[in-house]
Parts: sequence; C-alpha cells; structure tokens
Amino acid sequence: MNHLSSETFRENAKAALADAQLRGALKNATSLFGERRKVAAASLPNWEELRNQARAIKDEVLSHLDKYLEEFVRAAESRGAKIHWARDAAEANAIICRLAAERNARVIVKSKSMTTEETHLNTALQAAGMQVVETDLGEYIIQLADEPPSHIIAPAIHKTRGQVAELFTAELGMPPTDDIAQLTSTARATLRDRFAAADAGISGVNFAIAETGTIVLVENEGNIRLTTSLPRMHIAVMGIEKVIPRFADLDVFLKLLPRSGTGQRLTTYQSFITGTKRHATGEGPEELHILLLDNGRSRMLSHPVTRQSLACIRCGACLNACPVYQQVGGHAYGSVYPGPIGAVITPQLMGIDKASQLPYASSLCGACREVCPVKIDIPRLLLHLRGEISERKGSASERLAFKIWARVMMSPELYRLSSIAGRLLQRVFPISRAWTSGRDLRLIEPKSFHELWSDE
Amino acid sequence: MKVSLFVTCLVDQLWTSIGVSSVEVLRRIGCEVEFDRRQTCCAQPAYNTGYLREARQVAQRFISIFEESNAGAIVSPSGSCTAMVRHYPQLFAGDPEWLPRARAVAAKTHELSSFLVHVLEIEDVGASWQGRLTWHDACHGLRDLNLKTEPRTLIRNVRGAEFVELDHADACCGFGGTFSVKYPEISVAILDQKIDAIERAGVDAIVSGDASCLMQIGGRLSRKGSKVQTMHLAELLSHRQ
Repeated sequence: MNHLSSETFRENAKAALADAQLRGALKNATSLFGERRKVAAASLPNWEELRNQARAIKDEVLSHLDKYLEEFVRAAESRGAKIHWARDAAEANAIICRLAAERNARVIVKSKSMTTEETHLNTALQAAGMQVVETDLGEYIIQLADEPPSHIIAPAIHKTRGQVAELFTAELGMPPTDDIAQLTSTARATLRDRFAAADAGISGVNFAIAETGTIVLVENEGNIRLTTSLPRMHIAVMGIEKVIPRFADLDVFLKLLPRSGTGQRLTTYQSFITGTKRHATGEGPEELHILLLDNGRSRMLSHPVTRQSLACIRCGACLNACPVYQQVGGHAYGSVYPGPIGAVITPQLMGIDKASQLPYASSLCGACREVCPVKIDIPRLLLHLRGEISERKGSASERLAFKIWARVMMSPELYRLSSIAGRLLQRVFPISRAWTSGRDLRLIEPKSFHELWSDE
Repeated sequence: MKVSLFVTCLVDQLWTSIGVSSVEVLRRIGCEVEFDRRQTCCAQPAYNTGYLREARQVAQRFISIFEESNAGAIVSPSGSCTAMVRHYPQLFAGDPEWLPRARAVAAKTHELSSFLVHVLEIEDVGASWQGRLTWHDACHGLRDLNLKTEPRTLIRNVRGAEFVELDHADACCGFGGTFSVKYPEISVAILDQKIDAIERAGVDAIVSGDASCLMQIGGRLSRKGSKVQTMHLAELLSHRQ
C-alpha cells in the first residue's frame, strides 16, 4: 500500500513534484474548489458574521466539552442509541470489531469518515475476517487502488479520469472506457449489491446535537442515507469535538460547511438521525451505536493555544487554498489529514516526534486562515508547534545558528562585522546552495544602508 | 511629521536602494526622517522558525531602541517586518513589563504605503515612470495588515505607468522565510505559478512591498533570463523623469 510517512515529507514532496499527472489533477481540482468556494461565500452578505458565530459556538463547546458531551449522551440514550467511549484508535477498533462480531456481520458498508481513516478501522475489520466496502465514490476508488485518501472531502482528488478508468478495468472487469457516466454506473451497480448484502453500516458524524441527541450527516451521493438506514445495525464514529449545543446552531454550520467544502449552497442530502427506529414497521436500523473517540483530542483541548484546532469542521477549504498542498497533494503529508489543518493536527494526534516536518511545510502565507469557516488561526498554530519542536527536538546546528544570530542582532558592532564577513563568504553558505538550486542569489551590497546613511 | 525609519535587515544588507528611495519619498512629501543606527532586525526569522527565546531577545532590543524616539511614527518599507512588530504583543502576552511597551511600539509602526495613504492621507507622491507594470500582494502585508488598495492607489497615480492586475496577485510567491531553504523544491514550484502569471501579464516590471518576495521572484526571473524588472514600491514612488 502506498502509505507514506510524515517523517519523509521532504522526499514524498519531491516525488509528488515530479509526477506531472498528479500536479495536473491537483491544479484542476483545487482551483475549481477554490473558485466555487469564493462564489458561494460571496452569495451570503453576512459571511464574516457567520464565521464569527460558528467560531463562538465552537469556543463555547470546547470550553465546556464535558457538559455538552454528557447532555448529548443522555439525549441520545433516551432515544435508544448505545454510547461507547474510546480513549484511542485501538480501543475504538476493538469496540467496533466486537459489535460486528456479536451480530455475525460478514459484510459491512461504510460511508466516508475521516475519523475511521484516522483509526485505520478497515484494516482492523478485515483482520477480523469481515468484508468492508467503502460506498462514497471517491473512497471506493481509493479502496480499490489500496491507497489512503489525499483530501479531506475529495479522497481521490489526486486521480485523473483516465487513472480511474484503468483501475475499474483492472479491478471490476469492466470494458475500457473513460466515460464518466459509465464509470459511475458501474460503481453504483457494484455498490448497490453490497448495500443489499450488508449486515452493518458504519458512518462518521458531521455534527452531534447535545440538546436532542441527534447526529447530522451531510453528503451528495445518497450512500450515507443507505449506509445508515438499510443495515440492521448502524455504528456512527465521531471525535468528541463534534458536539454542538442546540439544534438551532446547525443553521450557521449548514450554511458554512457546504459552501466552504464544495462551493454548494446545500448538499444533496442531509441526514438527521435521532435514536433507533421507533416501531417495528418504521424505517432505520434496529440498533444505533455511537462511538465517541478521544485519540489525542483531550490533549489538544487542554492547551489554550492548540484548543482551537478542535474547532475544525473538516471542510477542506484550507487544503484547496494552500500553495503547498496545491503543489504536492495530500499523500506527501503521510497522514489522513493533509494540508494546513493536517500539518496542525497530525503532530498533535500522532505525537510531535512522528510528524515534526509538517509544521514547517508552510510558507505562512495565511491563505488557510482567510478561507477557514471557523477562523482557525492556522499560521499561529504552526508557529506554536514549531516552537515546541525547536524546544524538544530541533537540530543542534539550527539551534546554535539561531543563538549566534540573536547575539549578532543584539549588537550593532557584531552586526556590522558579520555583514563584512558575509560579503566575503556569501557564495559558500549552505543556505545559499539551497537557494541557488532554483533561483539566482542576490548578493550582499558593497555598502549597507547603515554605511550609506553615515556617508550622508 | 518626523518619522523614524526601520529599514529592515534585508534592505540594509541586500537591497539598499529601497531604503534610499524610502527616505527620498518621505522627504519629498515633507517628512523629517531619522535613522537609528543601532537598529538591526525585527526578529522574524527566529519567530517564524520556532526560536521564541531568541525572537523575544531581539524584539526587546527593537522595542528599547524605537521607544526612545520622539518621532510621530516608525515607518518601514516592508509589510512582513511591520506585521512582525505588530505581533510583538502576542510574543509578550502575560508579561507585565514588556507587553505594554510592545503594544506602544506596535501601535506606532506603519508599513510605508499604509503610512502614506492612511496616516498622511497622501495618494500621489509625484512619481513618474514609463512602462507597463503589475503588483504582487505580499502575504503578510495583505493578510496581516490588510493592505490591498493602498499600494494600488499609489501606483495608479504614478505618471506614465500603465498598471495591470496580475492573475492571482494575492497568491503566495513561495518565499516564506526559512521555508524557502528548508523546502527549496516546493518553494520554487509555488514560485513558478507566480512567474507564469507575470509572463502572461506582459509587463516591464513587477512591483511589490517586500524585498523578500522580490528576491524570490527576481531570483527566478533572472535564472530564466527574463527581462522583467523587480521593483519595490518605494523605488517606483521615488522615481521621477
């Protein structure tokens, strides 16, 4: 499987830059999403106000998360849902495998869920002998290709139409074609069959409403509706940060999320699931399990600066806007969460030692902060993480260089002398070589501005 | 008005004509310019690479020097370095001694185009330049200081200059400080989008408000043998024919 590591980001990125097909696919997709988002945001005159409101709701939840989770659990249980708490990925996967095994589940359909990507649930279920089928088209494509997602909302964004056609021919035995309608209907026919055979459905959660115990899911393909209503058992997996206080709070988020994600005013489907079916002839599953996952989130919550990372609603807008993501794509990050928000949450989820290159994979241009529907200050978070890394595991030579640099900048005399030394040595600095691989170097002036001012 | 010029270390060492031009423009419109020769750097390289202790030391020195000045404003020909000074209060959050001093210096510090347009309310500095040119929005000026119309207004009033908008003028050039040498391949890949846009614009010069972006863009243009000139806003505004 094409599972790259976050710790080889630089090499991953170089390989991605050499892949012309990948860069073509990325350019088309990110600019299309970016343009659509702009138009959709401009269609609401109070866009800024909505962003502020959404952030205020998230801040309120994150400062009283225990209270809102308890309220959500009480409400959901009173409607017949069963609640499970998981400290980490292993615990979450064990609970889900046990639930599926208890019902003798052989075939499990899944709708798109970043949280289960984070826990690598599919691998665990397959190891337990179950067949897992991803039913979101993009997720289905990457499952067939045995690849991780490369974008939060468009997991197969890195693939061209031609690549998908080749994949379908090889894996599904369909005659070669790159006609999108034919490709889609082949996937649809295969997936319908799996829906009919499924013993359990696993979904993510976009919002969990504390007031009513409702989970809310948004989508365009209808596969979430099927996953959550057709099989007898539905397991919904959510990070503990997904809770919002009141039903009325949804208004703001349902305006922001589709516009920021795909540039839609509304997604084709919104599912509101409150408990199990009420009577034997009603619709919906007999059993609803909601799994609440921590997996590092309470650690993020405990720090006043990093807490805002948990406000993310996984729209993917920052990926599309990021100049680095636009060039290297999602796989280079070696994490299910790529791009700017991925560079912020991956080191916090996996441990900073396992993803210490990612916070530097940004020019700090701020385009991510500008498009974020909940106003997460991603550059500030990246700087905070860089600070932690330089304290704990930064390279010794870099630390020394900055110590010397500070000494020089504190003393006009040393500053003047190092400028003279720089004029002599500038062509052989290692930093210059990294620069000159693609750009000509501007040389230090024969006379500094300080000297010119003195001359005058 | 008396202004204290913070020229920035990049301009001081690598692009002195930006400093000279800034003085010329400020004097032309009647400002008295002082230059404190103890000044060095705003601390941004350390701040952006995660060396906060070193960043605080250098920032404290900046504050100590510039708070002594009786000038009405501290003016700098850099959106990025001005934004760094505006971040000082964040660097000293919770520090009862340095926070108020950081705030006072930050409040007095202005990027050149913003100082001209908002503080002095001058939109025409009497410059002239012959040719077709375009503007690159440097990220920190654009997103931290909200500079968008100010430089454009000043440029449109330059006699003889034909201004055209650049495609994706607000997209990053890929410099990003230490990013440009930590990930040179990505930095140049991002830069090439900017270079393509500049070539499509068919201009004689690309103008911006930060020496760092201009070094990045100019370094690639010159590597590619392009004839497009890189010019700082201060240089353009000082130009008279």
